[in-house]
Amino acid sequence: MTEHTLRPKLTIISDSFVDDIIEEAFAILDKVGIFVENSEAYSLLSEHGAKPIDSGNSVRGTGKLSFPKSLIEDALKSAPRTIQLYDVNGDNEINIGGDEVHFDPGSAALYIHDPSEGRIRKPVTNDLRRFIKLVNKLDNYHIQSTALISSDVPEKCGDSYRLYLALKLGFKPVITGIFEKESFSVMKDMLTSVRGSESALKEKPLAIFDACPSPPLMWSDLTSHSVIEAARAGIPSEFVSMPLTGSTAPITLSGAAVQHAAETLAGVFLAQTAQTGAPVIWGGSPSAMDLRYGTTPMGAIETMMIDMVDVAVGKKLGLPTHAYMGLSDSKGVDYQAGQESGLGIILAALSGVNVVSGPGMMDFESCQSLEKLMLDHEVCGMAYRLLNGISRRDDLMALPLLQSLPKGGHLLTNPHTLKWFREEISFPGKAIDRRARGSDKLEDLQTAEKRAQAEVERLLTEESEPYVSTDVSDELDRLMVEEIKRLGGAGLPK
Amino acid sequence: MSKPNQEIHNCILDGDAGKTKILAEKIVNAGSNPTEALQPFITAIRHAGDLFDQGEFFLPQLLLSAKAMQAAMDVMFPSSEGKSAARLSRGTVIAGTIQGDIHEIGKNLVCALLSAHGFQVVDLGADVALDRFVQETEQHKPDFLVLSALLTTTMINQKHLIDQLNDKGIRDGVKVLVGGAPVTSDWAEEIGADGYAPDASRAVALAIKLLDA
Ligand code: B12
Repeated sequence: MTEHTLRPKLTIISDSFVDDIIEEAFAILDKVGIFVENSEAYSLLSEHGAKPIDSGNSVRGTGKLSFPKSLIEDALKSAPRTIQLYDVNGDNEINIGGDEVHFDPGSAALYIHDPSEGRIRKPVTNDLRRFIKLVNKLDNYHIQSTALISSDVPEKCGDSYRLYLALKLGFKPVITGIFEKESFSVMKDMLTSVRGSESALKEKPLAIFDACPSPPLMWSDLTSHSVIEAARAGIPSEFVSMPLTGSTAPITLSGAAVQHAAETLAGVFLAQTAQTGAPVIWGGSPSAMDLRYGTTPMGAIETMMIDMVDVAVGKKLGLPTHAYMGLSDSKGVDYQAGQESGLGIILAALSGVNVVSGPGMMDFESCQSLEKLMLDHEVCGMAYRLLNGISRRDDLMALPLLQSLPKGGHLLTNPHTLKWFREEISFPGKAIDRRARGSDKLEDLQTAEKRAQAEVERLLTEESEPYVSTDVSDELDRLMVEEIKRLGGAGLPK
Repeated sequence: MSKPNQEIHNCILDGDAGKTKILAEKIVNAGSNPTEALQPFITAIRHAGDLFDQGEFFLPQLLLSAKAMQAAMDVMFPSSEGKSAARLSRGTVIAGTIQGDIHEIGKNLVCALLSAHGFQVVDLGADVALDRFVQETEQHKPDFLVLSALLTTTMINQKHLIDQLNDKGIRDGVKVLVGGAPVTSDWAEEIGADGYAPDASRAVALAIKLLDA
């Protein structure tokens, strides 16, 4: 008898529709081209066969380039189909590819939702510290991310400082990215110092760098730089194309997916021109714009539908995939937050998205919440349970049990129950309320946010030992202090 | 509403720049006083703004209405008379996303709503160099500078710009408004801006309040 069964999987688009999207993306790259704002990227791409579209290009060393299909096809062949990430000690391999699903918190929040102060405010070092420690404790997050921007260091090192703390205090591999071109080198140095050498970093990647093309059809100076440098260092780049329907992309979901594919294919090509075999991830953060407010909802069902199509395209092309799902646009830890994030997490899992970034995030990718991160973590657990599917444990699944049951009997102490209950049923943490009601007064009934808050504080009081050696930690301090001073700051904040 | 005024109203609300332009040309050819004749256009565009605020009008419709309004203004107040158009309008605005920052959707929205509420807006686009803001301010002496920044790393350029305006001695002539996702009222205060608003509707309300003050 086979124990295991079908891994639940959801497809919302036919195979031939996916092929049409890919073909049209190739046509866009050929006929419309991509504007490349970075001169080094421009030269690399030209040297590898991309053709200038307007004649003014050669003077500026930037501009629109056209990409014949055959070039891109070759690039797709050299990009790895799976990527392995390792924690700060070089252990715990995480495989990114196939239909494996890994969750990480939504990245680069400008604000933190702080229930203890009852307001939304700018994060400071202590918030980052708490956030990282919490992520260490939450097993369903296989990857950490530089989720908050600390406001107590000079703005220009906002990107490197969050990586510094993640490496110093966290142990999981990190998803990060740059806000300034100059930051790449120090961030790479930090990763190298943890691994010991540049070659060790190449061998065992520790971080992924997000790089967003600028819709429509542009690769900016900043993000092209990131892609090129990451490729050379063997650091995986995650392309986060974000078509916004009806504004920076066609209003149709399929049109947005075509644009996403074109922008992302250009990224794949760019990375491969910088270094053949460079690891890349087919990612995205599209949004179905709300044309009443001009906002970019991440919790809209149409946003998730574009994500799912983007991922189907990435899988068809044989690349590891990513999507920004599991976020909400709500401003509080409430019904909307749960509904939008829960839906995103489940749909992402069913779509086999390899890297799902989003948990904890609210308010259009601008605000993180530890309490929401805690609650989303429970949903990720449910998603993993769902992916394990329904197993057939016995030939006859219920008949013998029921046959042996006396009238009025129960199965609570039946060996069959004891044998299977942990495998069949998952048990969420205390943030999810499954206890009997203790009171009929609404004020006594705890909200999800309150329960999550208690759990967060409980987990944060647990001691944890440092993961990196003192030497590495000192080296990280040195690199960070130098960077802060370079940018006019006094030193590390208290 | 009189029949011709109703027609103007409909054209603006339909966002029909072509027809609006024809109506404006008729008015000019008939020799009417453009200042008086503009009134129904202003009423219509403000109505469009109100409909947007109430969630009944969608962004594309609002933008088309603002375009139609602009078409009428161009006919009735050709550039040489820009000054009188400016006087007629609620106020003049120079807007842009600050140097180093290419996020422009929010700025576009603020511009559209300001136009829809009768402001004369010149949009310099995104990633606008500080020098350019300074030059334009010197040359056109707008009532408002609208500075958008979406990155923690580019916000600081709002401060640098205000410093430069101070250095040139032209800071007092213009009201500087700042906004964008990482911007807060504390930041506005810290850098000596005249105001901050969290969204486009409140940006309009702020501008109107500052004009009245
Ligand atoms: C869309 C988007 C992009 C698009 C922009 C497309 C375009 N043409 O504009 C693209 C893909 C290009 C992009 C690129 C990047 N982005 Co971006 N982006 C966003 C996103 C998701 C939405 C912004 C948006 O359009 N919102 C909708 C509009 C309507 O809202 P708004 O801009 O806030 O404007 C409203 C108000 O703020 C106010 N307002 C705005 N301006 C003004 C001005 C005045 C005077 C007033 C009174 C009011 C006002 O009124 C507006 C209307 O209501 C935000 C997340 C967020 N929540 O802001 C990230 C976000 C801003 N981006 C972010 C990042 C990191 C980047 C990149 C650096 C990523 C990268 N490494 O590749 C690059 C930067 C490129 C550059 N040099 O600028 C981070 C910022 C983090 C930080 N350090 O500050 C954010 C917060 C996302 C995140 N959490 O990671 N991005």
